[in-house]
Amino acid sequence: MSKESFKVKVGLAEMLKGGVIMDVTNLEQAKIAEDAGAVSVMALERIPSDIRKDGGVARMSNPHMIKEIQDNVSIPVMAKCRIGHFAEAQILEALEVDFIDESEVLTTADEHAHVDKHPFKVPFVCGARDLGEALRRINEGAALIRTKGEAGSGNIVEAVRHMKMITSQIIELKDADLSKKAEEFRVPLDLVEEVAKNQKLTVPNFAAGGIATPADASLMMQLGAETVFVGSGIFKSQDPSERAHAIVKAVTHFKSAKDVLTASYDLKDAMKGILMSDIPEDEKFSNRGD
Amino acid sequence: MIGVLALQGNFDSHIKILKKINLKHKLVKTSDDLSSVDGLIIPGGESTTITNLLRKNQSLINGINKLSKNKPILGSCAGLILMSKESNDSRVHNFAFLDVITCRNAYGRQVHSFEAKINVKNGLMSSDIDVLFIRAPKIDKINNDVEVLATFQEEVVAVRQGIHIGISCHPELLNETLIHEICFKGKT
Repeated sequence: MSKESFKVKVGLAEMLKGGVIMDVTNLEQAKIAEDAGAVSVMALERIPSDIRKDGGVARMSNPHMIKEIQDNVSIPVMAKCRIGHFAEAQILEALEVDFIDESEVLTTADEHAHVDKHPFKVPFVCGARDLGEALRRINEGAALIRTKGEAGSGNIVEAVRHMKMITSQIIELKDADLSKKAEEFRVPLDLVEEVAKNQKLTVPNFAAGGIATPADASLMMQLGAETVFVGSGIFKSQDPSERAHAIVKAVTHFKSAKDVLTASYDLKDAMKGILMSDIPEDEKFSNRGD
Repeated sequence: MIGVLALQGNFDSHIKILKKINLKHKLVKTSDDLSSVDGLIIPGGESTTITNLLRKNQSLINGINKLSKNKPILGSCAGLILMSKESNDSRVHNFAFLDVITCRNAYGRQVHSFEAKINVKNGLMSSDIDVLFIRAPKIDKINNDVEVLATFQEEVVAVRQGIHIGISCHPELLNETLIHEICFKGKT
């Protein structure tokens, strides 16, 4: 795939900046999200907190459900494939979803390789916990990086950890031996050099995993996220529409505490969160993929 | 000083272009931010999202309307839709700075987005610039007093009415400065 087509993929990620991408499980939720000002919806059968609760194998969503949402909203529609499951990705491309999330929230299909994303016309977003992981995904063709956070937890701690890790590792590149770093990260030297020079990933950098309140959204934006994904946080709360509006407002005006306060004011209870210490290591979504 | 509407969308790539042509910039999120600007960019993004955020702030809508009386405004993609008099989506706000009818996502979903060269004609000058069409709108109908500024395969992709310009694609994502120069250079 040429450099030019890669720019077209990153172009859509650029359009999504300063916005909120919301997980939805049916058309009704998709419409609530669109009306509240979501820049995009992620269509999936079960939101992460239910996947966690239900257990079993989590796969790509039913295409019929994705199609129904595509036909009835005007904003871009994203969908998830399993890590390494390029056949699911091919189906999502044939369905013409606007973005594919190769996601740790679904059960891993290939423990040794992610999807080779370059041959696809549809852009991919992938999760990362640190700079090495982010650069490996970009090298495989991802047009957008998001923190993994810990999806479905309602707990922001992992997203904060991952965002700060990526930011600090980019700063460290200033004084580092870049060929050593390239070797450590298992990516080509020119990619590391470009990130070191621009002090920025080569694709947009969004936050995901555990965002439940307008304050969480503002926190991630202040830490350098360019847009936020909200999964279980909206439709597991007691007031999805109000909360969706509030988080959209908090992202736009994230630097104004007054505006984030106004957005937060009349909200009911947020989703119930889970402590990281209560999730066994082998059940953490963020440990999937490297 | 050029304001860049920063409610949602690719405002930072427009800022890069303003820097490149040595124009100062300012992020615009409230009506107060409009004071002291000599022009405004309405960037690409999702027009439903930008509408939603605009409608929560009537004073910002009023401020942009007032600014349009004597300062140039440039809209790209979603910005073009917002500046048009009418679009095929009644949920989207129309400032009506450009007497055109626009159609959202007219080329289809993201797999149909593409890179292209468009031809810009400004007075006697004619030049080709590189752009990206990202889930782009089309300009379906052009009314009186609207001038064609750029075409792609004989379709109109940029228009000018008085001091305002609307473009359906993204020169700013490929570091092209021409449209921004035509809109703002020598006017600040």
